[in-house]
Amino acid sequence: MGIIETRGLTKRFKDVLAVDRVDLEIEEGECFGLLGPNGAGKTSLIRMITAVSPVTAGEIWVQGKNLDKCAREAKAIMGVVPQMDNLDPDLTVLQNLLTFARYFDIPKREARRRSLELLELFKLEDRLNARIRELSGGMKRRLLVGRGLINQPRILILDEPTIGLDPQARYLVWHKLAQLNSEGVTRILCTHNMEEATVLCDRVAVMNEGRILSLGAPRRLISEYAGDAVWEIDVRPDAHEAIVQELERRGLDFEDSGTQIHVFHADSDESLREVVSSPDNMRRRPATLEDVFFRLTGRSLVE
Amino acid sequence: MKPFSWRFVRMWQRNRDVFLRLWHSEAPGFIAEPILILVAMGLGLGAYVGLVDGQSYIEFIAPGIIASYAMFSASFECTYGTFVRMEYQRTFDAIIATPLSVEDVIAGEIFWGATRSLMTGTVILAIAAAFQLVHSPWALLIPLVCFLEGVMFASIALLFTSLAPAIYTFNYYFTLFITPMFFFSGVFFPLSSFPQIVQTLSWIIPLTPVVHVTRALVSGELHLSLLWALAIMIAVAAVFFSLALVTMRRRLAV
Repeated sequence: MGIIETRGLTKRFKDVLAVDRVDLEIEEGECFGLLGPNGAGKTSLIRMITAVSPVTAGEIWVQGKNLDKCAREAKAIMGVVPQMDNLDPDLTVLQNLLTFARYFDIPKREARRRSLELLELFKLEDRLNARIRELSGGMKRRLLVGRGLINQPRILILDEPTIGLDPQARYLVWHKLAQLNSEGVTRILCTHNMEEATVLCDRVAVMNEGRILSLGAPRRLISEYAGDAVWEIDVRPDAHEAIVQELERRGLDFEDSGTQIHVFHADSDESLREVVSSPDNMRRRPATLEDVFFRLTGRSLVE
Repeated sequence: MKPFSWRFVRMWQRNRDVFLRLWHSEAPGFIAEPILILVAMGLGLGAYVGLVDGQSYIEFIAPGIIASYAMFSASFECTYGTFVRMEYQRTFDAIIATPLSVEDVIAGEIFWGATRSLMTGTVILAIAAAFQLVHSPWALLIPLVCFLEGVMFASIALLFTSLAPAIYTFNYYFTLFITPMFFFSGVFFPLSSFPQIVQTLSWIIPLTPVVHVTRALVSGELHLSLLWALAIMIAVAAVFFSLALVTMRRRLAV
Protein backbone atom coordinates (compact mmCIF):
# COMPACT_ATOMS: atom_id res chain seq x y z
CA MET A 1 0.00 0.00 0.00
CA GLY A 2 1.27 3.48 -0.89
CA ILE A 3 1.92 6.23 1.63
CA ILE A 4 -0.83 8.23 -0.07
CA GLU A 5 -3.73 6.70 -1.97
CA THR A 6 -6.74 8.31 -3.51
CA ARG A 7 -9.80 6.66 -4.95
CA GLY A 8 -12.36 8.43 -7.12
CA LEU A 9 -11.08 11.76 -5.80
CA THR A 10 -13.24 14.58 -7.14
CA LYS A 11 -13.40 18.32 -6.57
CA ARG A 12 -16.12 20.53 -7.93
CA PHE A 13 -16.31 24.31 -7.63
CA LYS A 14 -19.78 25.51 -8.56
CA ASP A 15 -19.83 24.65 -12.28
CA VAL A 16 -16.15 23.73 -12.67
CA LEU A 17 -14.99 20.16 -12.27
CA ALA A 18 -11.42 20.76 -11.07
CA VAL A 19 -10.49 17.17 -10.21
CA ASP A 20 -12.39 14.32 -11.83
CA ARG A 21 -12.30 10.84 -10.25
CA VAL A 22 -8.55 10.55 -9.70
CA ASP A 23 -7.07 7.28 -8.48
CA LEU A 24 -3.49 7.61 -7.30
CA GLU A 25 -1.04 5.52 -5.35
CA ILE A 26 2.10 7.29 -4.22
CA GLU A 27 4.89 5.05 -2.96
CA GLU A 28 6.76 5.82 0.22
CA GLY A 29 10.09 7.51 -0.53
CA GLU A 30 9.46 8.34 -4.17
CA CYS A 31 9.49 11.71 -5.84
CA PHE A 32 6.18 12.01 -7.64
CA GLY A 33 5.70 14.72 -10.26
CA LEU A 34 2.40 16.30 -11.22
CA LEU A 35 2.50 17.97 -14.60
CA GLY A 36 -0.24 19.74 -16.47
CA PRO A 37 -1.23 23.12 -17.87
CA ASN A 38 -2.65 25.85 -15.63
CA GLY A 39 -6.13 24.89 -14.52
CA ALA A 40 -5.46 21.16 -14.93
CA GLY A 41 -6.41 20.56 -11.30
CA LYS A 42 -2.97 19.98 -9.77
CA THR A 43 -3.31 22.54 -6.99
CA SER A 44 -6.85 21.43 -6.17
CA LEU A 45 -5.63 17.84 -5.97
CA ILE A 46 -2.80 18.83 -3.67
CA ARG A 47 -5.02 20.94 -1.43
CA MET A 48 -7.27 17.94 -0.86
CA ILE A 49 -4.34 15.63 -0.11
CA THR A 50 -3.01 18.14 2.43
CA ALA A 51 -6.43 18.21 4.16
CA VAL A 52 -7.01 21.94 3.71
CA SER A 53 -9.72 21.56 1.10
CA PRO A 54 -12.73 19.25 1.56
CA VAL A 55 -13.30 16.58 -1.08
CA THR A 56 -16.45 16.67 -3.20
CA ALA A 57 -16.35 12.88 -3.61
CA GLY A 58 -13.90 10.04 -3.22
CA GLU A 59 -11.44 9.08 -0.52
CA ILE A 60 -7.85 9.71 0.53
CA TRP A 61 -5.68 7.48 2.69
CA VAL A 62 -2.44 8.65 4.24
CA GLN A 63 -0.27 5.91 5.72
CA GLY A 64 -3.22 3.57 5.43
CA LYS A 65 -5.59 5.81 7.41
CA ASN A 66 -8.59 7.65 6.06
CA LEU A 67 -7.60 11.32 5.88
CA ASP A 68 -11.08 12.33 7.03
CA LYS A 69 -10.38 10.79 10.42
CA CYS A 70 -6.71 11.65 10.85
CA ALA A 71 -6.33 15.10 9.26
CA ARG A 72 -4.35 16.53 12.17
CA GLU A 73 -2.06 13.52 12.39
CA ALA A 74 -1.48 13.57 8.63
CA LYS A 75 -0.77 17.30 8.55
CA ALA A 76 1.81 16.82 11.31
CA ILE A 77 3.97 14.63 9.02
CA MET A 78 3.49 16.79 5.92
CA GLY A 79 5.51 19.76 4.78
CA VAL A 80 3.80 22.07 2.32
CA VAL A 81 5.50 24.57 0.01
CA PRO A 82 2.64 26.52 -1.58
CA GLN A 83 2.66 28.14 -4.97
CA MET A 84 1.69 31.54 -3.54
CA ASP A 85 3.92 33.21 -1.00
CA ASN A 86 2.14 33.09 2.34
CA LEU A 87 5.06 33.89 4.59
CA ASP A 88 4.02 35.89 7.62
CA PRO A 89 4.93 39.52 6.76
CA ASP A 90 4.30 40.64 10.34
CA LEU A 91 7.26 38.55 11.51
CA THR A 92 10.99 38.46 10.76
CA VAL A 93 12.69 35.70 8.77
CA LEU A 94 13.74 33.78 11.88
CA GLN A 95 10.40 34.38 13.62
CA ASN A 96 8.63 32.94 10.59
CA LEU A 97 10.38 29.63 11.11
CA LEU A 98 10.11 29.66 14.92
CA THR A 99 6.41 30.49 14.80
CA PHE A 100 5.81 27.79 12.21
CA ALA A 101 7.72 25.28 14.36
CA ARG A 102 5.38 26.15 17.24
CA TYR A 103 2.34 25.18 15.15
CA PHE A 104 3.93 21.71 15.06
CA ASP A 105 4.66 21.72 18.82
CA ILE A 106 8.40 21.57 18.25
CA PRO A 107 10.12 22.56 21.52
CA LYS A 108 11.73 26.01 21.53
CA ARG A 109 15.36 24.98 21.63
CA GLU A 110 14.94 22.35 18.91
CA ALA A 111 12.95 24.84 16.80
CA ARG A 112 15.78 27.33 17.04
CA ARG A 113 18.38 24.73 16.10
CA ARG A 114 16.40 23.57 13.06
CA SER A 115 15.58 27.11 11.97
CA LEU A 116 19.20 28.23 12.00
CA GLU A 117 20.22 25.07 10.17
CA LEU A 118 17.62 25.63 7.44
CA LEU A 119 18.51 29.31 7.10
CA GLU A 120 22.12 28.35 6.65
CA LEU A 121 21.22 25.65 4.14
CA PHE A 122 19.20 28.10 2.06
CA LYS A 123 21.78 30.87 2.40
CA LEU A 124 19.59 33.17 4.45
CA GLU A 125 21.69 33.11 7.61
CA ASP A 126 22.61 36.79 7.35
CA ARG A 127 18.94 37.83 6.94
CA LEU A 128 17.69 36.42 10.26
CA ASN A 129 16.13 39.66 11.41
CA ALA A 130 15.04 40.98 8.05
CA ARG A 131 11.38 41.61 7.41
CA ILE A 132 9.72 39.54 4.73
CA ARG A 133 9.12 42.54 2.46
CA GLU A 134 12.85 43.28 2.46
CA LEU A 135 13.58 39.91 0.84
CA SER A 136 13.93 39.37 -2.90
CA GLY A 137 11.52 37.03 -4.67
CA GLY A 138 14.13 34.30 -4.72
CA MET A 139 14.86 34.64 -1.01
CA LYS A 140 11.16 34.36 -0.19
CA ARG A 141 10.93 31.22 -2.28
CA ARG A 142 13.91 29.69 -0.49
CA LEU A 143 12.45 30.59 2.88
CA LEU A 144 9.15 28.96 1.87
CA VAL A 145 10.97 25.75 0.97
CA GLY A 146 12.89 25.91 4.26
CA ARG A 147 9.66 26.48 6.19
CA GLY A 148 8.19 23.37 4.56
CA LEU A 149 11.04 21.35 6.07
CA ILE A 150 10.78 22.70 9.64
CA ASN A 151 8.78 19.70 10.92
CA GLN A 152 11.11 17.19 9.22
CA PRO A 153 8.18 15.94 7.15
CA ARG A 154 7.79 12.36 5.94
CA ILE A 155 5.82 13.75 3.00
CA LEU A 156 6.91 16.98 1.35
CA ILE A 157 4.49 18.62 -1.05
CA LEU A 158 5.86 21.32 -3.31
CA ASP A 159 3.79 23.45 -5.66
CA GLU A 160 6.16 25.11 -8.14
CA PRO A 161 9.07 25.28 -5.68
CA THR A 162 11.63 26.76 -8.05
CA ILE A 163 9.49 29.27 -9.93
CA GLY A 164 11.34 32.59 -10.14
CA LEU A 165 14.60 31.20 -8.78
CA ASP A 166 17.93 31.91 -10.43
CA PRO A 167 19.90 28.84 -11.63
CA GLN A 168 22.08 28.79 -8.51
CA ALA A 169 19.14 28.81 -6.13
CA ARG A 170 17.30 26.27 -8.24
CA TYR A 171 20.29 23.99 -8.07
CA LEU A 172 20.35 24.41 -4.29
CA VAL A 173 16.70 23.37 -4.01
CA TRP A 174 17.14 20.45 -6.41
CA HIS A 175 20.14 19.30 -4.46
CA LYS A 176 18.17 19.34 -1.20
CA LEU A 177 15.24 17.50 -2.79
CA ALA A 178 17.57 14.83 -4.13
CA GLN A 179 19.18 14.53 -0.71
CA LEU A 180 15.77 13.92 0.89
CA ASN A 181 15.59 10.89 -1.36
CA SER A 182 18.26 9.14 0.69
CA GLU A 183 16.30 9.97 3.86
CA GLY A 184 13.27 8.21 2.46
CA VAL A 185 11.11 11.34 2.34
CA THR A 186 8.19 11.09 -0.06
CA ARG A 187 7.97 14.12 -2.32
CA ILE A 188 5.13 15.34 -4.47
CA LEU A 189 6.20 17.98 -6.92
CA CYS A 190 3.90 20.14 -9.04
CA THR A 191 5.86 21.84 -11.74
CA HIS A 192 5.82 23.40 -15.17
CA ASN A 193 9.53 22.91 -15.47
CA MET A 194 9.96 19.71 -17.50
CA GLU A 195 13.66 19.55 -16.85
CA GLU A 196 12.97 19.65 -13.14
CA ALA A 197 10.49 16.81 -13.42
CA THR A 198 12.90 14.72 -15.52
CA VAL A 199 15.81 15.25 -13.16
CA LEU A 200 13.99 14.82 -9.86
CA CYS A 201 10.98 12.59 -10.31
CA ASP A 202 10.82 8.82 -10.13
CA ARG A 203 7.36 8.92 -11.65
CA VAL A 204 5.28 11.69 -13.17
CA ALA A 205 1.58 12.02 -13.87
CA VAL A 206 0.37 14.28 -16.65
CA MET A 207 -2.94 15.92 -15.78
CA ASN A 208 -5.41 17.82 -17.88
CA GLU A 209 -8.96 18.95 -17.18
CA GLY A 210 -8.99 17.23 -13.82
CA ARG A 211 -7.95 13.80 -15.06
CA ILE A 212 -4.66 11.94 -15.09
CA LEU A 213 -3.88 11.23 -18.72
CA SER A 214 -0.74 9.20 -18.25
CA LEU A 215 1.53 8.10 -15.46
CA GLY A 216 4.96 6.52 -15.35
CA ALA A 217 8.71 7.02 -15.08
CA PRO A 218 9.81 10.04 -17.14
CA ARG A 219 12.03 7.95 -19.44
CA ARG A 220 9.24 5.46 -20.01
CA LEU A 221 6.74 8.16 -20.89
CA ILE A 222 9.21 9.80 -23.24
CA SER A 223 9.94 6.61 -25.15
CA GLU A 224 6.24 5.71 -25.22
CA TYR A 225 4.97 9.03 -26.50
CA ALA A 226 7.89 10.46 -28.42
CA GLY A 227 10.57 7.83 -28.96
CA ASP A 228 14.26 8.56 -28.57
CA ALA A 229 14.43 11.49 -30.90
CA VAL A 230 12.13 14.04 -32.46
CA TRP A 231 12.42 15.70 -35.85
CA GLU A 232 11.36 19.31 -35.99
CA ILE A 233 10.50 20.53 -39.46
CA ASP A 234 9.83 24.19 -40.23
CA VAL A 235 7.37 24.30 -43.11
CA ARG A 236 6.57 26.98 -45.64
CA PRO A 237 2.86 27.23 -46.45
CA ASP A 238 3.34 26.17 -50.09
CA ALA A 239 5.23 22.99 -49.13
CA HIS A 240 2.97 22.11 -46.24
CA GLU A 241 0.54 19.81 -47.94
CA ALA A 242 3.18 17.80 -49.80
CA ILE A 243 5.14 17.18 -46.63
CA VAL A 244 2.10 16.12 -44.65
CA GLN A 245 1.09 13.73 -47.44
CA GLU A 246 4.54 12.24 -47.59
CA LEU A 247 4.67 11.74 -43.80
CA GLU A 248 1.27 10.08 -43.91
CA ARG A 249 2.36 7.84 -46.78
CA ARG A 250 5.31 6.70 -44.72
CA GLY A 251 3.00 6.00 -41.79
CA LEU A 252 4.99 8.22 -39.43
CA ASP A 253 3.77 9.47 -36.10
CA PHE A 254 3.73 13.25 -36.40
CA GLU A 255 2.01 16.35 -35.10
CA ASP A 256 1.22 19.27 -37.36
CA SER A 257 0.97 22.71 -35.83
CA GLY A 258 0.83 24.60 -39.13
CA THR A 259 4.23 26.21 -39.40
CA GLN A 260 6.07 23.42 -37.64
CA ILE A 261 5.76 19.66 -37.81
CA HIS A 262 7.10 17.32 -35.14
CA VAL A 263 7.85 13.74 -36.15
CA PHE A 264 8.06 11.29 -33.27
CA HIS A 265 9.47 7.78 -33.04
CA ALA A 266 11.47 8.57 -36.18
CA ASP A 267 14.69 7.76 -34.43
CA SER A 268 17.79 7.86 -36.58
CA ASP A 269 15.98 7.71 -39.88
CA GLU A 270 18.06 10.09 -41.99
CA SER A 271 15.93 9.27 -45.04
CA LEU A 272 13.38 11.68 -43.62
CA ARG A 273 15.51 14.47 -44.99
CA GLU A 274 14.24 13.58 -48.47
CA VAL A 275 10.81 14.77 -47.44
CA VAL A 276 11.77 18.41 -47.47
CA SER A 277 13.37 20.31 -50.25
CA SER A 278 15.68 22.28 -48.00
CA PRO A 279 17.03 20.00 -45.29
CA ASP A 280 18.29 23.04 -43.32
CA ASN A 281 14.76 23.53 -42.12
CA MET A 282 14.74 20.35 -40.11
CA ARG A 283 16.52 19.27 -36.95
CA ARG A 284 16.77 16.11 -34.97
CA ARG A 285 16.91 16.43 -31.20
CA PRO A 286 16.48 14.09 -28.22
CA ALA A 287 12.91 13.65 -27.10
CA THR A 288 11.98 15.26 -23.77
CA LEU A 289 9.17 15.26 -21.28
CA GLU A 290 8.00 18.46 -22.94
CA ASP A 291 7.12 16.44 -26.04
CA VAL A 292 5.07 14.09 -23.88
CA PHE A 293 3.39 17.08 -22.29
CA PHE A 294 2.43 18.64 -25.61
CA ARG A 295 1.26 15.35 -27.08
CA LEU A 296 -1.01 14.72 -24.12
CA THR A 297 -2.33 18.18 -23.42
CA GLY A 298 -2.14 19.88 -26.83
CA ARG A 299 -0.20 22.88 -28.01
CA SER A 300 -2.86 25.52 -27.85
CA LEU A 301 -3.60 27.69 -24.85
CA VAL A 302 -6.85 26.55 -23.28
CA GLU A 303 -7.29 28.91 -20.36
CA MET B 1 -20.02 22.77 13.93
CA LYS B 2 -16.58 21.28 14.61
CA PRO B 3 -15.10 22.10 18.02
CA PHE B 4 -11.79 23.89 18.45
CA SER B 5 -8.87 22.41 20.38
CA TRP B 6 -6.23 23.72 22.80
CA ARG B 7 -4.11 24.43 19.71
CA PHE B 8 -5.92 27.77 19.40
CA VAL B 9 -3.18 28.89 21.80
CA ARG B 10 -0.70 28.70 18.91
CA MET B 11 -2.69 31.24 16.89
CA TRP B 12 -3.06 33.43 19.97
CA GLN B 13 0.72 33.26 20.54
CA ARG B 14 1.37 34.23 16.93
CA ASN B 15 -0.81 37.33 17.30
CA ARG B 16 0.76 38.16 20.66
CA ASP B 17 4.26 37.97 19.15
CA VAL B 18 3.26 40.29 16.32
CA PHE B 19 1.70 42.69 18.82
CA LEU B 20 4.85 42.71 20.96
CA ARG B 21 6.85 43.50 17.85
CA LEU B 22 4.58 46.21 16.44
CA TRP B 23 2.51 47.51 19.37
CA HIS B 24 4.08 50.98 19.30
CA SER B 25 2.64 51.53 15.82
CA GLU B 26 -1.00 51.31 16.95
CA ALA B 27 -1.41 51.02 20.71
CA PRO B 28 -0.79 54.73 21.56
CA GLY B 29 -3.77 55.73 19.44
CA PHE B 30 -5.96 53.31 21.33
CA ILE B 31 -4.93 54.94 24.60
CA ALA B 32 -4.82 58.59 23.49
CA GLU B 33 -8.31 58.65 22.03
CA PRO B 34 -10.23 57.52 25.12
CA ILE B 35 -8.26 60.00 27.26
CA LEU B 36 -9.20 62.77 24.84
CA ILE B 37 -12.86 61.77 24.94
CA LEU B 38 -12.82 61.51 28.70
CA VAL B 39 -11.28 64.96 29.11
CA ALA B 40 -13.18 66.74 26.32
CA MET B 41 -16.60 65.29 27.09
CA GLY B 42 -16.14 64.80 30.79
CA LEU B 43 -14.67 68.16 31.69
CA GLY B 44 -15.75 70.26 28.70
CA LEU B 45 -19.33 69.09 28.18
CA GLY B 46 -19.55 68.09 31.83
CA ALA B 47 -19.27 71.72 32.88
CA TYR B 48 -22.68 72.32 31.25
CA VAL B 49 -24.30 69.01 32.13
CA GLY B 50 -23.84 69.10 35.87
CA LEU B 51 -24.73 66.00 37.84
CA VAL B 52 -26.09 62.84 36.24
CA ASP B 53 -27.69 60.29 38.59
CA GLY B 54 -25.95 62.10 41.43
CA GLN B 55 -22.48 61.85 39.84
CA SER B 56 -20.30 64.39 38.07
CA TYR B 57 -20.50 63.92 34.28
CA ILE B 58 -16.91 62.69 33.95
CA GLU B 59 -17.60 60.07 36.64
CA PHE B 60 -20.73 59.03 34.80
CA ILE B 61 -19.08 58.47 31.42
CA ALA B 62 -15.80 56.85 32.59
CA PRO B 63 -17.17 53.27 32.91
CA GLY B 64 -18.88 53.64 29.53
CA ILE B 65 -15.64 54.79 27.92
CA ILE B 66 -13.91 51.69 29.30
CA ALA B 67 -16.60 49.42 27.85
CA SER B 68 -16.72 51.26 24.49
CA TYR B 69 -12.99 51.24 23.84
CA ALA B 70 -12.73 47.60 24.89
CA MET B 71 -15.41 47.00 22.23
CA PHE B 72 -13.50 49.02 19.62
CA SER B 73 -10.31 47.03 20.27
CA ALA B 74 -11.82 43.60 19.64
CA SER B 75 -13.88 44.96 16.74
CA PHE B 76 -10.94 46.47 14.86
CA GLU B 77 -8.73 43.46 15.55
CA CYS B 78 -11.29 40.97 14.24
CA THR B 79 -12.50 42.98 11.22
CA TYR B 80 -9.63 44.85 9.55
CA GLY B 81 -6.93 42.85 11.35
CA THR B 82 -8.39 39.45 10.59
CA PHE B 83 -9.30 40.39 7.03
CA VAL B 84 -5.74 41.50 6.27
CA ARG B 85 -4.31 38.28 7.71
CA MET B 86 -6.85 36.19 5.86
CA GLU B 87 -7.06 37.82 2.43
CA TYR B 88 -3.91 39.87 1.87
CA GLN B 89 -1.29 37.95 3.84
CA ARG B 90 -2.80 34.49 3.38
CA THR B 91 -1.59 33.72 6.88
CA PHE B 92 -4.50 31.40 7.65
CA ASP B 93 -3.86 29.33 4.51
CA ALA B 94 -0.35 28.64 5.72
CA ILE B 95 -1.48 27.78 9.24
CA ILE B 96 -4.29 25.39 8.34
CA ALA B 97 -1.73 23.26 6.49
CA THR B 98 -0.14 22.59 9.91
CA PRO B 99 -1.82 20.59 12.72
CA LEU B 100 -4.07 23.59 13.48
CA SER B 101 -7.62 23.42 12.13
CA VAL B 102 -9.75 26.29 10.86
CA GLU B 103 -11.56 26.24 14.22
CA ASP B 104 -8.29 26.52 16.15
CA VAL B 105 -7.27 29.52 14.05
CA ILE B 106 -10.62 31.27 14.52
CA ALA B 107 -10.79 30.57 18.26
CA GLY B 108 -7.24 31.95 18.48
CA GLU B 109 -8.38 35.11 16.69
CA ILE B 110 -11.38 35.52 18.99
CA PHE B 111 -9.38 35.05 22.18
CA TRP B 112 -6.72 37.38 20.88
CA GLY B 113 -9.37 40.01 20.11
CA ALA B 114 -10.66 39.52 23.66
CA THR B 115 -7.13 39.94 24.99
CA ARG B 116 -6.91 43.27 23.19
CA SER B 117 -10.18 44.31 24.87
CA LEU B 118 -8.77 43.28 28.24
CA MET B 119 -5.60 45.31 27.67
CA THR B 120 -7.46 48.41 26.49
CA GLY B 121 -10.05 48.19 29.27
CA THR B 122 -7.35 47.78 31.92
CA VAL B 123 -5.31 50.75 30.71
CA ILE B 124 -8.34 53.06 30.61
CA LEU B 125 -9.41 51.81 34.03
CA ALA B 126 -5.97 52.74 35.36
CA ILE B 127 -6.25 56.19 33.80
CA ALA B 128 -9.75 56.64 35.25
CA ALA B 129 -8.36 55.63 38.64
CA ALA B 130 -5.60 58.23 38.23
CA PHE B 131 -8.35 60.83 37.63
CA GLN B 132 -9.93 59.58 40.90
CA LEU B 133 -13.04 58.40 39.10
CA VAL B 134 -13.05 54.85 40.50
CA HIS B 135 -14.67 54.40 43.90
CA SER B 136 -14.91 50.68 44.52
CA PRO B 137 -12.53 47.69 44.74
CA TRP B 138 -15.12 45.79 42.65
CA ALA B 139 -13.58 47.67 39.72
CA LEU B 140 -10.74 45.14 39.85
CA LEU B 141 -13.15 42.75 38.11
CA ILE B 142 -13.44 45.07 35.11
CA PRO B 143 -10.57 43.44 33.14
CA LEU B 144 -12.42 40.11 33.32
CA VAL B 145 -15.63 41.75 32.17
CA CYS B 146 -13.71 43.35 29.30
CA PHE B 147 -12.38 39.92 28.30
CA LEU B 148 -15.88 38.46 28.19
CA GLU B 149 -17.02 41.56 26.30
CA GLY B 150 -14.10 41.03 23.92
CA VAL B 151 -15.08 37.41 23.22
CA MET B 152 -18.57 38.67 22.40
CA PHE B 153 -17.54 41.51 20.08
CA ALA B 154 -14.70 39.52 18.47
CA SER B 155 -17.15 36.73 17.64
CA ILE B 156 -19.70 39.14 16.16
CA ALA B 157 -16.92 40.83 14.15
CA LEU B 158 -15.60 37.51 12.85
CA LEU B 159 -19.05 36.44 11.73
CA PHE B 160 -19.23 39.66 9.73
CA THR B 161 -15.67 39.23 8.45
CA SER B 162 -16.42 35.71 7.26
CA LEU B 163 -19.10 37.19 5.00
CA ALA B 164 -17.28 40.39 3.97
CA PRO B 165 -16.46 40.47 0.25
CA ALA B 166 -13.95 43.34 0.55
CA ILE B 167 -12.21 45.36 3.21
CA TYR B 168 -14.39 48.39 2.41
CA THR B 169 -17.40 46.45 3.67
CA PHE B 170 -16.25 47.14 7.21
CA ASN B 171 -17.27 50.79 6.81
CA TYR B 172 -20.85 49.53 7.07
CA TYR B 173 -20.03 47.50 10.12
CA PHE B 174 -18.66 50.49 11.97
CA THR B 175 -21.08 53.20 10.82
CA LEU B 176 -24.23 51.11 11.08
CA PHE B 177 -23.46 48.87 14.04
CA ILE B 178 -20.51 49.90 16.21
CA THR B 179 -20.93 53.70 16.22
CA PRO B 180 -24.69 53.65 16.96
CA MET B 181 -23.93 51.35 19.88
CA PHE B 182 -21.47 53.89 21.18
CA PHE B 183 -24.35 56.41 21.43
CA PHE B 184 -27.33 54.24 22.38
CA SER B 185 -25.92 52.07 25.15
CA GLY B 186 -26.00 54.53 28.02
CA VAL B 187 -22.39 55.61 27.69
CA PHE B 188 -23.00 59.37 27.48
CA PHE B 189 -26.46 59.70 29.02
CA PRO B 190 -28.73 57.40 31.03
CA LEU B 191 -31.03 55.19 29.00
CA SER B 192 -33.90 56.67 31.01
CA SER B 193 -33.61 59.82 28.86
CA PHE B 194 -35.08 57.80 25.96
CA PRO B 195 -38.75 56.96 25.38
CA GLN B 196 -39.68 53.54 26.79
CA ILE B 197 -39.55 51.82 23.39
CA VAL B 198 -35.96 52.95 22.74
CA GLN B 199 -34.98 51.88 26.27
CA THR B 200 -36.26 48.37 25.60
CA LEU B 201 -34.62 48.21 22.19
CA SER B 202 -31.29 49.40 23.55
CA TRP B 203 -31.09 46.22 25.62
CA ILE B 204 -30.93 44.27 22.36
CA ILE B 205 -27.64 45.89 21.40
CA PRO B 206 -24.83 44.09 23.17
CA LEU B 207 -22.88 47.08 24.51
CA THR B 208 -25.75 48.05 26.85
CA PRO B 209 -25.32 45.18 29.34
CA VAL B 210 -21.54 45.75 29.37
CA VAL B 211 -21.92 49.45 30.27
CA HIS B 212 -24.46 48.45 32.92
CA VAL B 213 -21.88 46.09 34.50
CA THR B 214 -18.83 48.36 34.30
CA ARG B 215 -20.79 51.28 35.76
CA ALA B 216 -21.88 49.17 38.72
CA LEU B 217 -18.36 47.85 39.32
CA VAL B 218 -16.80 51.33 39.23
CA SER B 219 -19.36 52.78 41.67
CA GLY B 220 -19.62 49.66 43.81
CA GLU B 221 -23.44 49.74 43.69
CA LEU B 222 -24.14 46.08 42.91
CA HIS B 223 -27.62 44.75 42.23
CA LEU B 224 -29.19 41.59 40.87
CA SER B 225 -29.73 43.00 37.39
CA LEU B 226 -25.96 42.57 36.88
CA LEU B 227 -26.47 38.80 36.69
CA TRP B 228 -29.05 39.36 33.98
CA ALA B 229 -26.57 41.58 32.09
CA LEU B 230 -23.79 38.99 32.42
CA ALA B 231 -26.14 36.24 31.26
CA ILE B 232 -26.93 38.25 28.12
CA MET B 233 -23.22 38.74 27.42
CA ILE B 234 -22.45 35.04 27.84
CA ALA B 235 -25.37 34.00 25.67
CA VAL B 236 -24.55 36.45 22.87
CA ALA B 237 -20.87 35.42 23.00
CA ALA B 238 -21.71 31.70 22.84
CA VAL B 239 -24.09 32.08 19.90
CA PHE B 240 -21.80 34.26 17.79
CA PHE B 241 -18.68 32.25 18.66
CA SER B 242 -20.35 29.11 17.31
CA LEU B 243 -21.67 30.88 14.23
CA ALA B 244 -18.24 32.35 13.46
CA LEU B 245 -16.63 28.88 13.57
CA VAL B 246 -19.15 27.59 11.05
CA THR B 247 -19.08 30.51 8.62
CA MET B 248 -15.30 30.83 8.76
CA ARG B 249 -14.88 27.13 7.92
CA ARG B 250 -17.15 27.71 4.96
CA ARG B 251 -14.96 30.60 3.82
CA LEU B 252 -11.51 29.12 4.45
CA ALA B 253 -11.86 25.41 3.70
CA VAL B 254 -12.77 25.59 0.01
